[in-house]
Amino acid sequence: MEIHAELKTLSKMFCGCKNDPFHAEKPNIYTCPVCLGLPGALPVANKKAIEWTVKLGLALGCKINLFSKFDRKHYFYPDLPKGYQISQYDLPFCYDGKVKTSFGPVGITRVHLEEDTGKLIHQKINGRDVSLIDFNRSSVPLVEIVSEPEIYSSAQAKEYSKKLRQIIRYLDISDCDMEKGGMRLEANISLQDQRSKIKDQKLELPNYKVELKNINSFRYLERGIEYEIERQTEILNEGKTPVQETRGFNAEKNMTFTQRIKEGAADYRYFPDPDLPPIRFNEKWMGEIKSSEPELIDLVFTRWEKDYKVDRKITELLFETAAESKKLDEIFINLTKQKLSVDKFVNAVANKKLMIDLFVNNIEEIVNTFKKSVAVDEITDEQLRVFIDKVLLVNQKAVADFKSGKTNVMNFLAGMVMREAKKKVEFGRLSKLITEILKS
Amino acid sequence: MLINQSIKELSLLLKKKEISSVDLIKESYSKIEKLDNKLHSFITIRDKNEALKEAEVKDKERKEDSSIIYGLPFSIKDAYCTENFRTTAGNKILDDFIPPYSAAVYKKIIDSGSILIGKNNMDAWGHGGSTENTDYHPACNPWDLERIPGGSSGGSAIAISTRMVPFSIGEDTGGSIRSPSSMCNTSGLKVTYGRVSRLGAIAYASSLDSVGPMAKSVEDLSYLLEIMAGKDSLDSTSSKTKVDRYSQFLGAPIKGKTIGLPKEFFGKGLDPQIKKVLIDATKFFEKLGAKIQEVSLPHFIYGVSIYYLIALSETSSNLGRYDSFRFGGERELFSEETKKRILLGTYALSAGYADKLYKKAQKLRTILIQEYEEALKKCDVILAPVNPSLPSKIGELINDPLKNLMEDLYTGTISLVGAPSLSVPAGFAEGLPVGMQIVGKKFGETELFQLGYLYQQETDWHKRLPPILNI
Repeated sequence: MEIHAELKTLSKMFCGCKNDPFHAEKPNIYTCPVCLGLPGALPVANKKAIEWTVKLGLALGCKINLFSKFDRKHYFYPDLPKGYQISQYDLPFCYDGKVKTSFGPVGITRVHLEEDTGKLIHQKINGRDVSLIDFNRSSVPLVEIVSEPEIYSSAQAKEYSKKLRQIIRYLDISDCDMEKGGMRLEANISLQDQRSKIKDQKLELPNYKVELKNINSFRYLERGIEYEIERQTEILNEGKTPVQETRGFNAEKNMTFTQRIKEGAADYRYFPDPDLPPIRFNEKWMGEIKSSEPELIDLVFTRWEKDYKVDRKITELLFETAAESKKLDEIFINLTKQKLSVDKFVNAVANKKLMIDLFVNNIEEIVNTFKKSVAVDEITDEQLRVFIDKVLLVNQKAVADFKSGKTNVMNFLAGMVMREAKKKVEFGRLSKLITEILKS
Repeated sequence: MLINQSIKELSLLLKKKEISSVDLIKESYSKIEKLDNKLHSFITIRDKNEALKEAEVKDKERKEDSSIIYGLPFSIKDAYCTENFRTTAGNKILDDFIPPYSAAVYKKIIDSGSILIGKNNMDAWGHGGSTENTDYHPACNPWDLERIPGGSSGGSAIAISTRMVPFSIGEDTGGSIRSPSSMCNTSGLKVTYGRVSRLGAIAYASSLDSVGPMAKSVEDLSYLLEIMAGKDSLDSTSSKTKVDRYSQFLGAPIKGKTIGLPKEFFGKGLDPQIKKVLIDATKFFEKLGAKIQEVSLPHFIYGVSIYYLIALSETSSNLGRYDSFRFGGERELFSEETKKRILLGTYALSAGYADKLYKKAQKLRTILIQEYEEALKKCDVILAPVNPSLPSKIGELINDPLKNLMEDLYTGTISLVGAPSLSVPAGFAEGLPVGMQIVGKKFGETELFQLGYLYQQETDWHKRLPPILNI
């Protein structure tokens, strides 16, 4: 997988222009000589973007190149104003990391920083087909995360991609807006008969690959890969090799289609950008970055599972950024102090049963709201049994239903008891009492 | 002829109100009107009335502490972006390009109060050492109209040599300031790489391009560099190294200094007449108390190859943007020389060849830098010829590509090292000017000025005027 994410720094990668292409009122308003590639313009690297790329690398368990540089990658396209993209070639900021998925770990080959291109808009003006260029996005910082060829199914590809988005959002360095192109997924797919190719425990790659590009949702990624697996299997079963090409995904037809067939390998003529001196990270700077790195998101979930017995699948729904997870931590501590169940709390929030906003309301308001929702009134079992008897007597049909196996009428019965008693009682306790009486 | 006087003298006269900026501007334009149809030193000349109006304002607003270049006319190589003023880099692709922003150096000169007269002719994109490879009219040497003025900053050197302007801003990648200074009998400085901001200089080869002053004397250059030099946050390759008050160090004795003569620079290929001029200059410095020391740069013989592999690789990348999508001119407008350079550079960077060509050249560049540093341990500065031969006849180099490349033999090698180099008039041969290079340690411009200044105090080569002025 190759995943691109636009970093949400205030300014662009190599100039001071505002980095906000999705909210620009008009095309080409956030531009200057640098991002328009005018003669004589010079790039100056965005320090924040470099810092964030290293942070992302650390979160992915990568090693960091203390000596790095930017390179020019040459190709001609109208949305690329300089005739080259400033990227990183042989010395990416980060390399050799790992992301865990439920199917097994996926190695991260590299994480590098580059600049985004402008955007082409094809439309009809006065009956003529024209292509327009919007440079608001030109030179927006873009991280590229390249995985090892260790993803073995569409489901794993989807999980891996979602996990990356989660990690990036947790670091609060990109919005990863898939629809607008703030995060872009590319899958390189090839198949082979594994039994014949495993040599020395190492998988040799097939001699072709199909690039599935411009995918803007996880679901399409999954469907696209599935389609490709079917398509390529058919070709391989006929004894042929699929054509090396770039394909897109048509969601309506639920199939992939040829976009571009590469004639031989593209020669990007990479060389170090002479306008940008090489970058050396010193120990002090690395130390600062490392100490500002938040606790890894996986460790947060594991810790919560251990300390509060909460399900990761639920807590994942509650927050995105590290700052938000820290607030949740404080809430959990507060709840525990007051002997309130964290598990019930997260479920209540996830099910939208509490009228609160976790990251707007203060901790006291949040805890109090939850407390009120779960508060129970003082009442003895003896007193309750009187009300239960009364309810069972007037709801003979519900009793019959329960006895015939329709256990979900318990909710109704418990509700009736509480209404009769005009008290709030914990459901578990109440249903236990009712069951006892019904069985006696 | 007012413009024959030094920047310091002109500034003094202006402040004393003995002359006015209007007088200077009028003189500038009358020279241009009289001579430039023969010399072709300008691509675009500013509207005269506009310049005169600016001069009137400057005359009114001049203060005692105004900059030394306040109200002086000047020209600038057409390689620099000038806001709202046509900038072509000598190429028809940019024939109608009006930049929306100004080069850092232009802004500094303008902010100091100088008045732009026009943009000087040049080999397109800096591709050449003769100002013949311009898409406008080939420029002519004022000392012999049939000969080249050197290049690529030929237009600037002509304008100074004929006193159309007191100074100009040139650009030197592999000799583009030094060569025309030598051939037109003017003084020019190729600065240490990083000394002056490159912002707004239309790139030829980014790791070599340098922005430098061109003028009538070393003293003038020292004043100009004080204004031009310094860190620019918008040019990552500009240096934080402190900028000296160069002019205040002029006149310091050079007794005890060691001048290195790299033996490789005086071997085969050098015109004996030029060699003689250099030997005379050596004797002169010896008389002033300097020690002469032979030094060696063993890999010098590869200098031209390394220079061209790197410069052309970079230019093939830098010119990619003129793909006709956004700048009016079609790619067909690239000159033969430029097409050749783009092709060679593309080849040197291509997969399968980059290791043998571009990367090997980079390794050799590092070796050359080490050798240079080694040589500079044995001496304070290096004395070297600028060009291997006298100014060629116009057309000669275009028809002899190898000779054309060899013109950069002594200058391109110095550029690879990033060292500063001062080109000063050192004599004549066959009635044509011959210059010499004084090359120093990185950021050692002060020392170069000291030597050059002393030389010009004792010699009058730089004061000699081309015969065309007598017509």
